[in-house]
Amino acid sequence: MMPEVPASVSLVWLVVLLPLLGFLANGTLSFARPTATRAVSAVGAGVLVAAFVVAVAVAVGVARGAPEEPYVVTYWSWMPAGELSVDLAFQVDQLSTVMLLVVTGVGALIHLFSIGYMGADPGYARYFSYLNLFVFFMLLLVLGASFPVMFVGWEGVGLCSYLLIGFWFEDKVNADAGKKAFIMNRIGDAGFLVAMFLIFQATGSLSFQEVFRQAPATFEVGGTTITLITLALFLGCTGKSAQIPLYTWLPDAMAGPTPVSALIHAATMVTAGVYLVARTNVLFALAPVSSLVVAAVGAVTALFAATIALKQWDIKRILAYSTVSQLGYMFLGVGVGAWTSGIFHLATHAFFKALLFLGSGSVIHALHHAYHATHRHEDAQDVRNMGGLQRHMPWTAALMWVATLAIAGVPPFSGFFSKDEILSRAFTRGHEAPVFYVLWAIGVAAAVLTAFYMTRMMLYTFHGPNRTGDKEREHLHEAPWIMTGPLVVLGVGAVAGGVLNLPHILPAAGWLDMWLEPVTETGALFLPELHLEAGTEWRLLLGATVVAALGIGTAWRLLDPAALRPAAEAPAELGFARVLARKYYVDEIYDALIVRPFVWLSDRVLWKAADAFVIDGVGVNGAAQVARFAGWVGTRLQTGHVGTYVGLFVLGTLALLRVLTR
Amino acid sequence: MTEVVFWSFSGAAIVAAFLCVTRRSPVAAALWLIVTLFSIAALFVVLDAQFIAALQVLVYAGAIMVLFLFVIMLLNLGRGGPSDLRGAWGKLVAAGLGAVLVVELWAVRAVAPADHLQLPPGAMARMSEERGPVGVITDALFREYLIPFEITSMLLLAAIVGAVVLAKRRL
Amino acid sequence: MLLGPALAVSAILFSIGVGGVLLRRNAIVIFMSVELMLNAVNLTFVALSQQLGPQGQVIVFFVMAVAAAEAAVGLAIMLAIFRHRETVDIEAFSVLRG
Repeated sequence: MMPEVPASVSLVWLVVLLPLLGFLANGTLSFARPTATRAVSAVGAGVLVAAFVVAVAVAVGVARGAPEEPYVVTYWSWMPAGELSVDLAFQVDQLSTVMLLVVTGVGALIHLFSIGYMGADPGYARYFSYLNLFVFFMLLLVLGASFPVMFVGWEGVGLCSYLLIGFWFEDKVNADAGKKAFIMNRIGDAGFLVAMFLIFQATGSLSFQEVFRQAPATFEVGGTTITLITLALFLGCTGKSAQIPLYTWLPDAMAGPTPVSALIHAATMVTAGVYLVARTNVLFALAPVSSLVVAAVGAVTALFAATIALKQWDIKRILAYSTVSQLGYMFLGVGVGAWTSGIFHLATHAFFKALLFLGSGSVIHALHHAYHATHRHEDAQDVRNMGGLQRHMPWTAALMWVATLAIAGVPPFSGFFSKDEILSRAFTRGHEAPVFYVLWAIGVAAAVLTAFYMTRMMLYTFHGPNRTGDKEREHLHEAPWIMTGPLVVLGVGAVAGGVLNLPHILPAAGWLDMWLEPVTETGALFLPELHLEAGTEWRLLLGATVVAALGIGTAWRLLDPAALRPAAEAPAELGFARVLARKYYVDEIYDALIVRPFVWLSDRVLWKAADAFVIDGVGVNGAAQVARFAGWVGTRLQTGHVGTYVGLFVLGTLALLRVLTR
Repeated sequence: MTEVVFWSFSGAAIVAAFLCVTRRSPVAAALWLIVTLFSIAALFVVLDAQFIAALQVLVYAGAIMVLFLFVIMLLNLGRGGPSDLRGAWGKLVAAGLGAVLVVELWAVRAVAPADHLQLPPGAMARMSEERGPVGVITDALFREYLIPFEITSMLLLAAIVGAVVLAKRRL
Repeated sequence: MLLGPALAVSAILFSIGVGGVLLRRNAIVIFMSVELMLNAVNLTFVALSQQLGPQGQVIVFFVMAVAAAEAAVGLAIMLAIFRHRETVDIEAFSVLRG
């Protein structure tokens, strides 16, 4: 039986409606008064802050009610079609509350940051309208009580992602990056759709509660149908959350404004896949093969992206590959059945990665202004053009170091606990099948690399001598408070986020575990009881600390920022470094294997043969030729001589008489 | 007696019709047509339609054919000039199609009227004796077909106006 | 009763009329052939009215009225055409050629 919805939870419609209103207001302003930046800022950031406040109220309502079954708030019947009936309904439970707080909280901070970052942009109102629309769709995704409602949000955030990646569409590279993201996501979305069809065929319903209630009885554990469904869902996740093989769009997505990268391509949208797996944990628990695939893809992606990040020079690309890598961790977590750990890492990652992106935005902002002031055209995102920035931007440097320590997994920062939890859960499952030890080892290797490349980025950006240029150096300065303020708040989250779910051996442990238990308990029934001895857990914690220290220490020892040359004078990469710098040539391989054959097929077969020859030639022109020939025959009959007409008329009459008197 | 009259006038009608369409001169054709129309009028009498026969003579053989001759005279087509008959192919086509048409029309005879519509033999002859030759059709004409009959007057008026408009050099 | 023979005569006359239309080029003679066809049909009506009642004769009455109107208008058209083209040969008129 559905529990009664408390008053504060029933306010959830307001959380969703506020960003939509913000979108409408800013969208109107972007046409009517694009210069009204004050109004745009007030509306754009204001709705997010208000939404966050309401979200907190909703969370309090959920905490007080502590429902075993989720609160489902139904507004209207959306698609009543025969046996299929989909309602526009929101599902408020512990999981969606966590996401609600992350999306509105981090979203509000990034909106505030954007006021400073985008202030001078001519498309300011358009930018905020897109950003508000994104938050609206993201909340729809998170709150949807059925697959179709979630899918609307899923598609909507894809659309906003496309619009914001190509925000500076005057530059073809940016527009192309937007298209790439859109198409890659379409491939994944096809998987989502197929999964929905299969689910409806098997259970006759698409609402989460109904599907999850029927699932244990309908599907046998490891059966073909459930494996297909979950693999198709996971295909959707690889698109949205940038996992192998569909990850290539995310680094290119850095073409968008940096706050967008922070909000969409680090903190919220790309974690939708993790959320989907956690949400459908019952289905994944019933399909061990799919879960293993999820974990394996996650682990391999984590390592693969981390190696690429080692040799990137663009500060945002380093962070983009880092995001891909961290998303891999989250999938490793949800793949080994540690759904809470996945969501935990999602939340901490939202803090420290948003902080890193906003910090890099602050750096880029400073460099951009410096180059703008001296009219030089250098790459403001290349770390080889930075160096020594801690002297000019102490706040940004300190806060980014906090985030770096968090992502590298240094205790007691938040990333340490969330990453350690995922790895220890993978390690625990090693008793069950040795393959999990392999996944754990890959995860550890990726963790070393993570600590290494993050330290490398920080060293090159903030330490050593400055390489920006002598004149430009005078123009480097710290960002305004509207940009550093959100950074401080995120920094607090990056430091303290770990308390959400401390390991079991510490006091006040496992808070998030308990919070999410109503959501994950059904799925957990199908997993073996996981138990880790205190001694092993201590050793794993210690190991994780050593791993982080190893990565940071190696980078500190090996890399010398003083030896680095500015981008314009830098020597070409050689050997394996070149392979890494060129991202293993994956884009080139995709281009050769998929894009070019497809273009060839479209050009030669579909266009020239099928369209131009068959449809245009035979179909359209052929029909015209037949009509023209028939017309020609007709004109031959039309002699203008009455004699011919009479003769034909008589012939026709005779034929008719013959037929009638038969 | 009736049959002798019927067959002789039938023969005359057919021969005259044939001559009408094959004579070179339009005047000759018109005169042979008059013979045919007279013969048909005679056949109407044999078929107990004396009033129609009278109309045939008055309207067709009288009025219409006079009109034809008048136009021929006006256009000065009386004699001379090249033959308007078509060549060998035209004759063959005309003869062939005509022959086929005869055969097919003959076949139409098989479609007999329904029995319940048929009057007893000699009914029309008796009616003609009772009401007089005109009385046979007046009843139908002025009751059932009154409106078409009146509309006919409009048709004729329109034809008169049309003919005047078309034929007059200047209005 | 002579119904059958009358129909046969009518068929022959009608076919002669059709043959005349096909054979001749002079528009006035073609007109005459059409009149011949109309009369053949009239003969059919009269023959059948013996069996089926006076309606047939009423129709003949109307046919005559229409034929009179048609002849008047048709011949007026002939006059008008002749005035322009100095001929009534139908082969000379082919402005409707496609």
